[in-house]
Amino acid sequence: MAVASNFTAPMKEIAAAFERSSGHRVTLSFGSSGKFFAQIKHGAPFQVFFSADRAKPEALEKAGLVVPESRFTYAVGALALWSVRPGYVDDDSARLKKGDFRKLALANPKLAPYGMAAVEVLQNLKLKEATQAKWVYGENISQTYQFVGSGNAELGFVAVSQIMDKGRIAKGFAWIVPGELHDPIRQDAVLLKRGAHSDAARALLHFVRGEKAAQILQSYGYKTLADVN
Amino acid sequence: MSFSEADIAAIWLTLRLATTVTLVLMVIGTPIAWWLARTRSWWKGPVGAVVALPLVLPPTVLGFYLLVAMGPNGPIGQVTQSLGLGTLPFTFWGLVVGSVFYSMPFVVQPIQNAIEALGERPLEVAATLRAGPWDRFFTVVLPLAKPGFLTAAILGFAHTVGEFGVVLMIGGNIPGETRVVSVQIYDHVEALEYAQAHALSGAMVIFSFVVLLVVYGYQRMQAPLGMKYRV
Repeated sequence: MAVASNFTAPMKEIAAAFERSSGHRVTLSFGSSGKFFAQIKHGAPFQVFFSADRAKPEALEKAGLVVPESRFTYAVGALALWSVRPGYVDDDSARLKKGDFRKLALANPKLAPYGMAAVEVLQNLKLKEATQAKWVYGENISQTYQFVGSGNAELGFVAVSQIMDKGRIAKGFAWIVPGELHDPIRQDAVLLKRGAHSDAARALLHFVRGEKAAQILQSYGYKTLADVN
Repeated sequence: MSFSEADIAAIWLTLRLATTVTLVLMVIGTPIAWWLARTRSWWKGPVGAVVALPLVLPPTVLGFYLLVAMGPNGPIGQVTQSLGLGTLPFTFWGLVVGSVFYSMPFVVQPIQNAIEALGERPLEVAATLRAGPWDRFFTVVLPLAKPGFLTAAILGFAHTVGEFGVVLMIGGNIPGETRVVSVQIYDHVEALEYAQAHALSGAMVIFSFVVLLVVYGYQRMQAPLGMKYRV
């Protein structure tokens, strides 16, 4: 099973709960969605793919590598403006608006849905032009987290799931960006052709849509599609 | 093969970075190479090993340490901040510092080999003719060890052009500032823009091949002098 690395922690918990309740065994492989996409296209033996976006599962579907109608949104990500330094984020975006910082980290919007959402937020706040000279790109949301976490960028847009532990902000200071400032960050999963005859793969995809999985998702700051609609 | 505006910006930035790094390395690498070639000190082993470390370490290790050290709480970061320079990650000069470490062995080792190959004799002769140390360096060492210096400059330049891991860790992918060709290629591949990735990658392969061809051809010409450096 190929899982986008931003979903590492919740997926470990979900898989453990699934194994306990079903008796099936799951082998998890974590990495970047872009690399998994390329590997699956070239015959990698994954049965299920949990992507960090919608575009890649959709492209695999078009390429005929997916069991028809198996694609669904397993989680909706939330975005946070985050800093490890006191005084930069105070439950709102005042400092961001004042422009009183040196670097603002975001995931590369060309590659990462969280980066795209961050740009949408800045656009909607009418801050895109004013802040653009201070942007630094992480190659993905993990590197963006690390740029801010190491203090090299005072501010950054990261995934709520990265800074949340058991329903609380675990480190630093954060402003959870209201969902109406950007399009929902939907993460899609698909059953791949190689998993078409696997009962375990189908059972897992069913489990991920269930109540127990939704609880785990929420404890990591994700939402389900039902929350958003 | 066609390059977008962003590709061309990345190419220019890469050339600017490689030129700067090569100049810096020739200035600070030469005395290190000189010392390593001539010292009998116990320190020769440890210093030589430190210089050669980037040959065997993954660039991520170097990038990680640089990011921490140059960050706001790191020792280098504290110094640059107290000098009013801010912090180095995500800046062109941060990449220069990283690349200087990373490409150091490619510059120091050819110069060191060339100076070692000269031996003591020419310097002793020059000294008996009352040439001072600086005079000996510029009129004896530099001309005789020229192939080593040229090889060092070319390899230092080429290796900086080919750098990726360190830049990825400390660069922050800023157009015109830290987005060099190798990072641009990575982005093209990740975004599934294979045509653009092909164009830039092809250009890199040709560039690297030509550089090595020039170095080897030049070394063959100089071979009778007994100065060689293998990559």
